[in-house]
Amino acid sequence: MKGFRFIWIGIIFGIILTKSEVISWYRIQEMFRFQDFHMYGVIGSAVILGAVIIRIIKARQVKSILGEPIGIDPKPKNYTSALVGGSIFGLGWALTGACPGPIYILIGNGFLPYLVVLFFAVIGAFTYGLIRSRLPH
Amino acid sequence: MIEFIKQPWPWYVAGPMIALVLFLLLHAGKRFGISSSLETVCTLGGAGKLSDYFKVDWRNRSWLILFVVGSIIGGFLTSQFLQNPEPIDLSAATIADLQSLGLGYDGNYVPEQIFSWQNLFSLQGLIFMVLGGFLIGFGTRYAGGCTSGHAISGLSDLQLPSLVATIGFFIGGLITTHLLLPIIFS
Repeated sequence: MKGFRFIWIGIIFGIILTKSEVISWYRIQEMFRFQDFHMYGVIGSAVILGAVIIRIIKARQVKSILGEPIGIDPKPKNYTSALVGGSIFGLGWALTGACPGPIYILIGNGFLPYLVVLFFAVIGAFTYGLIRSRLPH
Repeated sequence: MIEFIKQPWPWYVAGPMIALVLFLLLHAGKRFGISSSLETVCTLGGAGKLSDYFKVDWRNRSWLILFVVGSIIGGFLTSQFLQNPEPIDLSAATIADLQSLGLGYDGNYVPEQIFSWQNLFSLQGLIFMVLGGFLIGFGTRYAGGCTSGHAISGLSDLQLPSLVATIGFFIGGLITTHLLLPIIFS
């Protein structure tokens, strides 16, 4: 099964985020209170190294396993929705202490009340799908 | 070796490894972004009948479902075999701030005082778990991405909408932390 690789990459991701305590509600509080460098170090070093990797990929025109040139599809230039939607997500991020990845990983770690968080995150995504045509983007 | 891995991983190990995950996904022809999975669950649940937004071929996202399943397994494996020997080394200032809100630090990943089944039927529990979850799902889809899609993939590719979204993440997070939490705990 060729999709099997994605399970492996997911397992690695789950281990990284658990071992680095990124999934911790307390660590997110520490970040939003600017009281420790840890979270900034994790996200910052991931972005800087990611930027270097993407530069190299583009310069050398590296191809994916599908044989296509690797590129990141640009996100649509919807600045209103990025700012407003982003802020709405931020409210929830600090409440739950988790963004979508950590919600799943916390459930894997046995913090089962996060099933409730996940369920209502799906409801939230569903609600957006229903009313998106009436929202500014 | 295992004892070494069991230690909490510092940022300079975790950050580069997240970049490696980004690379592995790009190399497999995928864009790293986890909040899309929330939408895919809606599609699988038949939401395409109610909104065209969900009328997409979920098979294009089947890789993401597998990735998410993997991340759950990764969390489980860590909790069983690689558990931290010590409680999280949270900064003393954060512990003091939370204590002044009336929230003791229990040394776990999440405060059980908030995230428990018993608390689900209190107003506080509803705000943290139900409203919190809803805002994550609604907000990430409205913004078109979350921490992985915007803050990691988008910023790495120097995309301006992702910078705007990341600023938004912080606006919301700072409002909750500094304005809403004192009200919720009062």
